[in-house]
Formats: sequence, structure tokens, C-alpha cells
Amino acid sequence: MRLLQNTIVLLLLLAGLACAGPEPAEPPPAAERALVVYSGRSEALVGPLLERYGEETGVSVAVRYGGTAEMVATLLEEGANTPADLFLSQDAAALGALSREGSLRALPAELLGRVDSAYRAPNGEWVGLSGRARTVVYNPERITPEELPRTLEDLTDPRYAGRFGVAPTNASFQAHMAAYRATAGAEALEALLAGMVENAPRRYPKNSTIVDAVIRGEVEFGLVNHYYLWRALSEEPEAPGRNYFMPGGGVSSFVNLAGVGVLSDDPEAVRLVDWLLSETAQEYFARETYEYPLAAGVTPAVDLEPLPAGVDQPDFEAVSSVLVETLAAIQASGLVE
Amino acid sequence: MGPTPWLACAVAAAVTLPLVYLVVRAGAGGGAGFVRAVVSDLTARLLGRTLLLTLAVGGASLALALPVAWLVVRTDLPGRRTWAVLAALPLVFPSYVAAFTWVAFFGVGGYLDRWALALGAPWLDLSWLAEGFPGALAVLTLFSYPYIYLLLVAALRDVDPALEESARSLGCGRWRTFLRVTVPQVRPALSAGTLLVVLYTLSDFGAVSIVRYNTFTLAIYNAYRGLFDRSVAASLAIVLVLLTVGFIALEAFLSRGQRPGRVRAARRSRPVPLGPWRAPATALLTLVVGSGLALPVAVVISWVVRAVALGNPLGRVGGALLASVQVSLLAAVAAVVLSLPAALWSVRQPGTLSHLVERVTHAGYALPGLVVALALVFFATRTLMPLYQTTTLLVAAYVIRFLPEALAATRSSLASLSPVFEEAARSLGRTRGQVTRQLVLPLIRPGLLAGGGLVFLTAMKELPATLILRPTGMETLATRVWSGASEAIWSLAAVPSLLLLLASAPPMYLLVIRPALADRRGGAG
Repeated sequence: MRLLQNTIVLLLLLAGLACAGPEPAEPPPAAERALVVYSGRSEALVGPLLERYGEETGVSVAVRYGGTAEMVATLLEEGANTPADLFLSQDAAALGALSREGSLRALPAELLGRVDSAYRAPNGEWVGLSGRARTVVYNPERITPEELPRTLEDLTDPRYAGRFGVAPTNASFQAHMAAYRATAGAEALEALLAGMVENAPRRYPKNSTIVDAVIRGEVEFGLVNHYYLWRALSEEPEAPGRNYFMPGGGVSSFVNLAGVGVLSDDPEAVRLVDWLLSETAQEYFARETYEYPLAAGVTPAVDLEPLPAGVDQPDFEAVSSVLVETLAAIQASGLVE
Repeated sequence: MGPTPWLACAVAAAVTLPLVYLVVRAGAGGGAGFVRAVVSDLTARLLGRTLLLTLAVGGASLALALPVAWLVVRTDLPGRRTWAVLAALPLVFPSYVAAFTWVAFFGVGGYLDRWALALGAPWLDLSWLAEGFPGALAVLTLFSYPYIYLLLVAALRDVDPALEESARSLGCGRWRTFLRVTVPQVRPALSAGTLLVVLYTLSDFGAVSIVRYNTFTLAIYNAYRGLFDRSVAASLAIVLVLLTVGFIALEAFLSRGQRPGRVRAARRSRPVPLGPWRAPATALLTLVVGSGLALPVAVVISWVVRAVALGNPLGRVGGALLASVQVSLLAAVAAVVLSLPAALWSVRQPGTLSHLVERVTHAGYALPGLVVALALVFFATRTLMPLYQTTTLLVAAYVIRFLPEALAATRSSLASLSPVFEEAARSLGRTRGQVTRQLVLPLIRPGLLAGGGLVFLTAMKELPATLILRPTGMETLATRVWSGASEAIWSLAAVPSLLLLLASAPPMYLLVIRPALADRRGGAG
């Protein structure tokens, strides 16, 4: 009995050690070095796209996936020693942070010119690939579109007390509030946050949990990015959830972006950015991730509601520059707890 | 003085690397920066909530683990071997998966709520259990109590029945005997396990964020997520380390004056007949296993069913399974081996220095995995670039994070082993090394296996450090679960979650449960 037990344990150990032989990521010879992409966007979203690039061009692309903020922290710790050639980011603020620390290389003007100047870095160090609109997701069994708020300020109206959800620690919500501060000013932001706190919204960790809660009926509506609903519907097509763009103008329907920055001098890196702005890649974002293509000349998927007219889109540099103060205001308001 | 103390010090130094990193990073912000980062109303409130939750989870886990372990080891409970395995399995769920399934079941609009509505039975609505403090307490207790339970199972098996029988024959009631004679004998396992649960609770971010009970780790993650500010994050993490030191000191204070180990029991105690208590005992185990294991498994299976019905992809997992098992196994073996010097030194040559070194190895345990991973990025890219993004560094990260689990098991089993055998062997001319190899290690084998098992199981589900330090392209089951869950694509998260469970159950049985329940072979064992 004892012999058997010892043998099993020993075999397990040997199996483990045997498997541990060569490192899976043994660096290939310098000539055929893989292009290393750090992706803050998940494999489910961009994996197939990067695979297609490898197939079309024969360039081998090695991708590391992780959270955007965790990736930025990692890149900053690696500094000049980073193995990464490119960074795909979930939001503009992360790219701004890397740019400020001097980690990014300037992109060719020809590439930058293909995207509206509102969706790229003024210093030319990063460029947006796809748009992510802030929207209201609501449960049509609980509330009608007529009853929904028309602007961000409407959320301070007492009639919405306890009826909606927010994700105050989520980067998209924070960027939305920073956009509000960049256009309306510090006092307006404080008033907005204080009014929202008065209404005791339910707090969630992220967008997808809000969509989930709205569909379950825990809250009537919530502030999210537009595409989470589409993903939820692909899992549960009959779920009671609809998107609604607040029609009141201003930054109520602020459009955030997912973008890319280059970290090395490898010319292949710029070539990949070029491809990501091509029609093939832009259509992929429109059809597969339900996002808004940002390169000129590509129209979104048929199902996607058109972006509301009259969004007063502030530039991302202005948004990034007030992010620290915005976070302080969110924390001071008590919305986080 | 042999090589043991030096080895122990070397291991302790390696494990405290993350603390060095924190000081470097927090130092970049200067003293004023530290104060600005740390002193605020929000951090004070978060600290209060964290302490409350930590103490509650520690207490509740203890209250759950003790009866469950006792029932499966010491009584004639029907099917106790099966229960013994099932009761340990909640440990294999990553805390964020556990919390998600919990909310999906108990939350407003969840399965239970819908049944309550359909049956017209509002009393069935237990949504208060799925959010805030009750939610965090329930999830963290159910899914981390096995830390205590597993150590207890190994310890209870070795309790000397002679002492209990003497107490009974001297007129001590069964309950009193349990509290006054049995519990003190397993106190090293109890306190070591509770410390693990407490520190795990401090470091948890996934579960508490999902049930919406904000703790101190939230402040740390906010510093990275919103501000991309590493010095603020490091300053906050230092506060977490100080809190950890406080808990470690508390544990040391509570386990002071512990009796020296006894002579190992020559035989096993006879199972206590439960009689009429069989039904309530079975009910307790059904409740624990039902909510900690059956419930999350059922919810995950419902995701699989839904995905299959809709024709959604379930994702690839084969390579991930192999990679998970491989790195976790390596980490388990390394952690057990590296825990020995500190355990031997502090238990057999107790002194201020040996205790201090043994305690220091716990200091990083409550740090979120992200912080430990960034520390290793910092050191590896500056000094060990060839090792960066290799399995070697990943295993090192697991060892640094989870060494305390192996140490808890090694130390508690050593502490309940009387030194008389070793003294006898030494007096017969064996060297200290021979005594350790030939006598001590075989005698504490269940403890070593349990420690290795704990590290294996925790490494299997480790996520933050794995994401950052794995070789590019390597996937583990935990990263596959995360790929799906982070985008709320549950069909992709479901299969790796189930595989995590299936791959963890056999090692748990072989390494931890079976040796602990095995019948004593004849002689003094």
C-alpha cells in the first residue's frame, strides 16, 4: 500500500519535472524573431485578428494578454528592457501614461492621418483603432426609454434614486467623468458626483456586471460601454436589455477608444499598426467586437446603433490631464463605497 | 550550528524581495508622497472594513473547519472518506469564479430569486447573502476554510487517543475532553491554518470586488488602474504588509507557551460513534459541500449547457491543463523543500532569531499577486534578463507567494512531534542530518504532503502573477478562465473552471486526504 502510494507520488513528480524541460518561449533565432505584442485587450477580442495578420503576412506574432493597467505597470517596470514591440490598450489614458514616461515611439504621419485627430495622440505617439461609446443600458421590462435620463446631469434627479448602477472604479467610467470635467469644469463634476451619490446608485466592479444586473432586473438601468450588451445578447439572445444613447449632447455619450502604441524600433511593429488601420482589421472591430471603426472610410456593422449626433468630443490629452483630479473627486464624493 | 539556519535565512531573504521592491517604489515618492498616498479618509475606512472582514472570516472558517475535520477523521460518519475529499474541494475555485457563481445563484434575479418568484415563496429570496459584508464573509469563508480544514485533518489523525481516554476515565465529559484535551493538541494546525485564511482574506481582490464589499486591496488596484501610479500603489501595499505583520505577531502571541510535542501516538483512536447525531452531522456536511462545491459546479455546468445550446465556442484547454499541472507541481515540491530549513530551525532550536526568520517568510503572503509579480519584473529585468518570462521565474513567483502554506504544514506537523525520538537517535550517534532524513521527514510525511498539496492547489488557480510572468504564449487553466470571465464570455470560462476542479481533486486526495485518513500500519509508525 505504502509502496503504491510512494510510487504514484514519485511518478507525478517525475512527470512534472520531465515536462519542465525546454522553456515554451525559447527565443527563436534573431533572424526570425517574433513580433511581441502586449495586449491589454483580451484574446477573445483581438486574438483572431492577430492570428489573421500572421497568416496573411507570414510574420510570427507572439501575444501576451493581461489587464490594461497591469500591462502598463509591467511595461513601466521593464523600462528599456521590455521585450514588447507593441502595446494594444483598452483605453486612451493607459497609452497617455506610457507616453508621459517616454516609453512610446512616434508613429509616421501617414498612419496618423487616417484617423480623426480627436482619436489620436497630439504628439503622434499612439493612435486609436476602435471607438467605445458610453451608453445607458436599460431593462425594457422595468423602464421605458421616455423615462430614461437625457443627460448626465439628469442622473442627479431624485426620481432616479436607487434605480441605476455605476462602476466607479472602472477605467471607462473614470474616463467618462474626466471627459465631463474637461468640458464642464471641476465644480460641475463635483455637483454631478454629489447629486449621483444622493441618488445612491448601486455600485458594481465593472461594465459587464452592470449589464448582468440590468438583465436580471437588479437595477433598471446603468452606465456602461455600448458593446457589453451585444456580448451578453450573444450568450442569451432573449435577455431583456437595450442600449440607449443619452440624447442631451455634451459628453453624455462620450466615445472612448482602444488604441495602439509602438515600443521598439522594429519596422515590423509599424507595419502591424498600418494593418490594424486597414479595412480588413477595421471591419473586424465593427463586426466581431461590436466597436466603432475609427479609420476613415469604414462603416460600422449594420446592427450597431449609429453614434448619436452632437457629441462634444473633448481631446484625449485634455481628458488624461484631468484624470488624477477626477479620480480624487470620485473618491472624495463617496461614490466608490 | 549546522547549515539549517543559513538556509532558512537565505530562503527568507529571497521571499522578502517584494518588500525590498515596495520600499524602492514607495521611496520614489518620498516621505511626503507616502503620507499623501496613505493618509486619507478613504484608506482609513477601507482599513476598518478590511479588519472587520478579516477577523470575521478567520473566526467563521475556524468554526467551520473544526467540526468538519473532526467529523471526517474521528467519527463513524457514513461515507466519511468521500466527505473528506469533497469538503476540501472548495479550495480549488479561484475566488472570483466562486464569487461570480455565488452571485449568479443567490443574487437579485439569480437562480434562487427566479425560483422564489416562480414558486411564490418570497422567503426563498436570499439575495442579502450575495452582496456586501454577508456576501464577502460567506464566499471567503466557504472557499478558504479548507486551509484550516486540511491542516486539521492531518493533525487530528495524530492525536493521541490515550490522553483523551485518560481524561474520559477521570470523569471528563466528551465535550469537555474535546475542548480541553483534543483541541490543544491540534492548536499548531489551528493557528497556522487560521493565519493562512486571514492573510488570504487580506490579499483577496476578486471576491470582494464582485460582491461589492470594498477592502484595502481596492485602494491598491485603484492606484494602478486609475492613476498608473506605482509609488502610490507601493505605499498602500506597505500598509498591507504592516497589517500582515500585526496578524503574524498576534498569532505568535496566541500560540505562545504551546506545549512541546508529545510522543507520537502508538495507535489510532477508535471512531467516535455518532448515534443520533448522525443526521445533523450529515446535514452540516451537506450544507458545506452543497454551497462550497455543488453550487458553483452546477452554475458552471449551466454555462456549459447554455454555450452548447447556442453553439458558442468552448475554447481550447488541453495545453493549459498540462502547463497548469506542471508549474504547480514544481512550485509545490520547491515550496515544501524550501520550507524545511525555517521550520526545523524555528521548531527545534526556538529562539528570537529563528522565530523572527520563520515569521518574516510570511510577510509577503498578504500582498496581492500583482504586487509580487511587479517586484519580480523589477528585479528580473534588471539582473536576470535570461530568466524573464520563463517557467523558472513563474515557479519562483509561486514559491514566494505560497511558501507560507508549505511552512504552515511543515511547522505544525513538526511542532506536534516530540523531540524525544530525535534526542534518542542523536544519543545513539546519528548526525543531525541523518536524524532529519531518516527519522523526522518520514514521521512528518503527512504534513509535508499536505503542505505540498496546498501549494499545488493554490498555484493551480493563481492568476495575477501568472498573467504577468508566464512565458509569452503559455496558457494555464486560470488564464483561460480569466480570458472568458474578464469579458463576461462565460462559455469560455466554464470548461477551464471544471477542468481546474477535475485536475485538482486527484492530487488533493492522493497528497492530502488519503495519507491523513490512512490506517496506521503496525508498530509505532
